[in-house]
Amino acid sequence: MIAVQRSLLLKTAAALLLAFAVQIAVAMNPARATTIERIVSPGGIEAWLVRDSAVPLVSMEFAFHGGASQDPADKPGVATMMAALLDEGAGDLDSATFADRLERKAIELRIRAGRDTIRGALRTLSDNRGEAFELLRLALNAPRFDAEPVERIRAQMMAGLRRATTSPEDIASRRWWETAFPGHAYGRPVNGSLDSVPTITADDLRTYHKRILARGTLKIGIVGDIDAEAAKTMLDQVFGGLPAKAKLNNVVTMAPQGLGQRISETLAVPQAVVLFGGSGIPREDPDFMAAYVVNHILGGGSFSSRLYREVRETRGLAYSVYNSLVWLDHAALFMGATATRADRVDESIAIISAEIHRMAEEGPTEDELKNAKAYLTSSYALGLDTSTKIATQLVQIQLDDLGIGYIDRRAGLIDAVTLADTRRVAKRLFGGGMLVSTVGPAATSVPAPSAAGTLLAPPAAQPPASGNTVR
Amino acid sequence: MQLLRTGFPLPLHRRRRGGPVASLVALAMLAMVAFGTAGRALAAGPDITHYTLPNGLEVVIIPDRRAPVVTHMVWYRVGAADETPGKSGLAHFLEHLLFKGTTKFPDATFSNTVASLGGRENAFTAADYTGYFQRVPREHLKLMMEMEADRMTNLVLSEAVVKPELNVVLEEQNSRVANNPAARLGEQIGAALYLNHPYGRPIIGWRQEIEALTFTDALAFYKRFYTPNNAILVIAGDVDAGELKPIIAATYGNVARQFEVAPRARPMEPDQPSPRRLSLSDPRVTQPSVSRQYLVPSSTTAKPGESEALDLLSHILGGGANSRLYRTLVVNKGLATSAGAYYQGTALDYGSLGVYGAPKDGTSLEQLEAEIDAVLAEVVANGVTADELQRAKDRLIADAVYAQDDQSMLARWYGAALATGSTVEDVKAWPERVRKVDAAAVQAAAKAFLDIRRSVTGHLLKETPEKQP
Repeated sequence: MIAVQRSLLLKTAAALLLAFAVQIAVAMNPARATTIERIVSPGGIEAWLVRDSAVPLVSMEFAFHGGASQDPADKPGVATMMAALLDEGAGDLDSATFADRLERKAIELRIRAGRDTIRGALRTLSDNRGEAFELLRLALNAPRFDAEPVERIRAQMMAGLRRATTSPEDIASRRWWETAFPGHAYGRPVNGSLDSVPTITADDLRTYHKRILARGTLKIGIVGDIDAEAAKTMLDQVFGGLPAKAKLNNVVTMAPQGLGQRISETLAVPQAVVLFGGSGIPREDPDFMAAYVVNHILGGGSFSSRLYREVRETRGLAYSVYNSLVWLDHAALFMGATATRADRVDESIAIISAEIHRMAEEGPTEDELKNAKAYLTSSYALGLDTSTKIATQLVQIQLDDLGIGYIDRRAGLIDAVTLADTRRVAKRLFGGGMLVSTVGPAATSVPAPSAAGTLLAPPAAQPPASGNTVR
Repeated sequence: MQLLRTGFPLPLHRRRRGGPVASLVALAMLAMVAFGTAGRALAAGPDITHYTLPNGLEVVIIPDRRAPVVTHMVWYRVGAADETPGKSGLAHFLEHLLFKGTTKFPDATFSNTVASLGGRENAFTAADYTGYFQRVPREHLKLMMEMEADRMTNLVLSEAVVKPELNVVLEEQNSRVANNPAARLGEQIGAALYLNHPYGRPIIGWRQEIEALTFTDALAFYKRFYTPNNAILVIAGDVDAGELKPIIAATYGNVARQFEVAPRARPMEPDQPSPRRLSLSDPRVTQPSVSRQYLVPSSTTAKPGESEALDLLSHILGGGANSRLYRTLVVNKGLATSAGAYYQGTALDYGSLGVYGAPKDGTSLEQLEAEIDAVLAEVVANGVTADELQRAKDRLIADAVYAQDDQSMLARWYGAALATGSTVEDVKAWPERVRKVDAAAVQAAAKAFLDIRRSVTGHLLKETPEKQP
């Protein structure tokens, strides 16, 4: 039943160079070959382009390194607030005019901060792309940070933060991160705090904007009804005015702390939330793909994972249970979650711990490995069936520094994972213990007996990683 | 395995919710608005094939040859509004149980097969329909069709699998509703909006009725509604209709018509002379809010042009940063942190038009509600401008083009439309109908449907401990 992914065969046509296009043939469909082109503008800005004129639209994604991990230590939330304000007035256009111009041409522009990146997505009808690029140029180069939108966005952030104070998911997540990364940028909340957000000034936003939005760390993916020449002109127009280099503060690489602990908070809700996680495998580590396969078998994205079967299918303990790998620029993690009745929290944690322990000790079976490989290989195409999804993937591959041929190589990398690899890597990935954060009714704050002792052992420090959450 | 609110094509969320990183804006309501306003239609669009098999199964094929994947969906014309009173939650519970296997593909064979092929699957329940889908590389489509056709009539259930699944559903109810004050208020507003029609029941069901659902209930419901003549097959993606038709005939064509399904004649609403108001207090509320729903026509029951006028009216009132509610209350007067409006029109019997807002510190809910009313009254009295109407039309119609980039979205639009009494032609012609709406029609819709007597207003309040003397 191994389905070879026929669709995304990439062939490297020419070896690199000079401004112009390493062309990669993507046989998206035997009937219609598409290509990923690496284009470089006259001003030296690189982007990956998939031209597709079947639907009259252009979708572009871009990312700058930075994100919330570059917030001032005493002011978490600056990156999030800045990202939210880029389309709230720029150049000669105040907030109202800017919003009006976007909507009039049905242009969609979204910019947000993650832990390690500021990411943007632009979508426009082909007919309106001139206006779309001009508005994006203004947003990135000349944001105004006028008082009215600054105060409005601040009020919205505060409302969200207040809501988060009684949301079990949000509390569990905040406490997990601050316990796992004390004193580190990742321990600070991406959306800021009730203390920090009131102190953020327009100057903080301007300073952050000047430091972080630079060509040097910029990654771009473009998909749709635009040719290479027009795209290159656009690149210089939109991004050419940004500074060459970002001024990034040093962020140290850190392994998550508190492994073996369980932290609990009481909240009067009918259902408790359980968040768990530990050290992962860095994206550039040779064992990463094996870890990816192992994680899929334990708690990945199908209705057949071990956690799904044991927690949901067999015992009906939860509606949702999963585990995923998270790779950040300065930490590698695995993280999972579930939500269950207060009186079944300990049982759920015990089952999850036991499954993680069993995976670390025994690894997957031959059959599980075969099925996981087939799934991970074939399902990739499902993530590439819209322009926006393809553009997102083009940016992610660049952020992860995997090379323009990655889509071609990926199936081979998965197929090369052996049963021995998965057993060795399962131990490395899941042998180190985890930090569990629970929020729920009082019953859940009783310390849990650990079924197999997997909560107990702290792991060795991990080398650095990069990237993003993927299931 | 999830559910949708009243007949409204919400995006099909992944079954797993939440994640390690909380997102900032994430007001569920806003997401609903973004998706809901345009919905249901396509201008030029792909070349759609639509026909009915001798056994009564309706078929829609939507080619999108750009990527070698397909979205395969079966929609049943049965939802929460078709449940017997006292058995709320049954349609959704049965949806979960359809993953428990058949004689030919026992237990989790179907799900395991989807997983091993690199596919994704899920299901959803709404007031008017229940749907199942897989997304797979196109070479596996035929196998999906065989398996989905098989579970149309051959489901095998046992007490052993039904029991734990009921607990899963109860945990789902906890996650979606019990743990979420805004969702609890939404249930109360829905229940009050309908004096007589079953749309007033929560799709997931009332908790004490879910708890009492049995194996026998589920099987009886299955045998009342699951038959090819009560279903719609939607296939979108890298397919050729000519090549597909014989395969459809060889799979779904072999499923025998089980029984005739009675017309969906639900008890309808009487005249509604009394505006309803309610409030819900919860200690977890940190941000009070006001939310109102009006009972209005759905795209199926509206007179020609009315539903499109409601699409435009709700967008002009509260769809995004340029809307009247947001500009007036959030930007210009600074009284609220959020404000907006939406129209849920994809439904068999009734639609609803909603308005909402969350006050800033220093603004009371009463004050905010009065300001919302003033914005509504202004549109009723003076209508909308030609300029804002044009902007709203261009924005809504563009979604029909954007949808062509997303095969699953196209499949959902057509499936939801056909399951709620619209036709393929209705969907295709939607942009044209939106174009034709003039300012007078939008004002007429405001006058006719922003009628407080046919509405429920809900306040979400922070529960504070009673003061001791």
